[in-house]
Amino acid sequence: MTTETVVNLAYIVAAVLFIVGLKMLNRQRTARAGNMISGSAMLLAVVVTLLSQGMDYTYIIIGLVVGAVIGAIAALRVAMTSMPEMVALFNGFGGAASLLVAWSEYEKGRWLWLHEVPGPVAVVAIVFAIFIGGVTFSGSLIAYGKLAGKLAGKPLAFFGQQLLDVLIILGAIVCGVMFVMSPTSMYIVFLVLVGLSLVFGIAVALPIGGADMPVVIALLNSCSGLAACAAGFVIDNTVLIVAGSLVGASGLILTSIMCKAMNRSLKNVLLGGLGGTAGTSAAVAGDVKPIDPESAYYILEAASSVIIVPGYGMAVAQAQHAVRQLAQLLEDNGTQVSFGIHPVAGRMPGHMNVLLAEANVPYEQLVEMDEVNRQIDNIDVAIVIGANDVVNPAAREQENCPIYGMPIINADRANSVIVLKRSMASGFAGIDNPLFYRENTRMLFGDAKSSIEALVSQFKE
Amino acid sequence: MSVGMLLFFTFVLAILLGFELISKVPSQLHTPLMSGSNAISGITIVGALVAAGTTDDETIRVVLGIAAMAFATINVVGGYLVTDRMLRMFSTRKDSTQS
Repeated sequence: MTTETVVNLAYIVAAVLFIVGLKMLNRQRTARAGNMISGSAMLLAVVVTLLSQGMDYTYIIIGLVVGAVIGAIAALRVAMTSMPEMVALFNGFGGAASLLVAWSEYEKGRWLWLHEVPGPVAVVAIVFAIFIGGVTFSGSLIAYGKLAGKLAGKPLAFFGQQLLDVLIILGAIVCGVMFVMSPTSMYIVFLVLVGLSLVFGIAVALPIGGADMPVVIALLNSCSGLAACAAGFVIDNTVLIVAGSLVGASGLILTSIMCKAMNRSLKNVLLGGLGGTAGTSAAVAGDVKPIDPESAYYILEAASSVIIVPGYGMAVAQAQHAVRQLAQLLEDNGTQVSFGIHPVAGRMPGHMNVLLAEANVPYEQLVEMDEVNRQIDNIDVAIVIGANDVVNPAAREQENCPIYGMPIINADRANSVIVLKRSMASGFAGIDNPLFYRENTRMLFGDAKSSIEALVSQFKE
Repeated sequence: MSVGMLLFFTFVLAILLGFELISKVPSQLHTPLMSGSNAISGITIVGALVAAGTTDDETIRVVLGIAAMAFATINVVGGYLVTDRMLRMFSTRKDSTQS
């Protein structure tokens, strides 16, 4: 067998392992093993590639050591609350790597192609790898900036934004076609293409607001896979194509799940449709009824079932450990406790689950939205912690409301509702929340963490 | 079938397979799924190896190769480690009483 045959057979094995690993990530029991299987597939692919002939290891080792040290430190030191920005950053680096791979191939091809005609596939693939990779990189950096609080989280819509997007796309298409027609003659066209891809990523990500980030991260995840896939076409490598496509497809699925959870189309999210329509809230009837921790304690103490609905406010207040403590005390008191988690609560898909898992909340207590809504009529108390739009009954009841039709957790249908909230400010969507004025709702104002801690100390007395 | 066509064939099948694999993931696992699949997209490291393994000492290719290698390695090493860290925390009640 030639080395090439061995390498290709190993790539097939790696591709199969990626598929198995990804499938195992679907279940909590098998997820960790699945991740390791996919990791060993990666190792296999790397090792056999190193064995192929005609390689100089010097530069490989430099890049490998630098990357491994940075990656390991970042991964082991990041706080769970900072997970969204970390995932965004890693996404971006994957995109950057694919762009650079395509660029490097082009630098090689520029001289080669003067003597022999390049295959059309490779040239077209370079255009795609550059563009998708570039968009993924700069878009992810913007997402990182917003999530880490280094950029304003507010949607930064500006006049002519959509026109700008269209112009960039048109420019990129023109450059792409020119490049494919004559890849060796105009280096400047190639550089403009790289530039346009980076600008496009910024132009698309900048207008999108913080609460829409779950969609953006899922989409960028998909893009990083597609960029790797395009790079696979560039260097004629099947394992890149297979693994990249898997990620591209799974990211798209996740994106559509997120969009459905907000009852919005992807176009609507990307164009920053929400936020501009705020202020249409109908008059809300009823009074806000504040409550102190002591009275809240009496309600909870008497409850036989409690459901806790966390939102981004819990992450901001870093309240997950205190929440877990409260849940434990309630359970010791004979109360049934579960957590009702909306798919888009937080800043990335599954954000709340990760935080609560970090605080040792058992997996069985993390309940999906549909399941919660089936049980909610029989629940004594719903505790809403730093969530707003995902429990807003207006989405169910008021047809003129901007988030009308978005599936919500029907916290208002529990016998009583305790809402932990810093102030009466409205949520990301800027819509008044009728839940806060309901007859069965009590507002416990203050920082989520201190409020929970106050409740915990009431229980301990 | 030309090589290009075969690659395209592989691509289409892999995309469809991806859709099938992920269609029903419990929402609790969305974050690890995302960071785990993100680590898989670091497969571009194979391309980076080819780029950084260049034997011609043209400066631009060396620079591009090293940079591609570093970015891809961050993606791979960081992605897998962080996913494992998260998944380790997802424990059922039974697991936690055992440990």
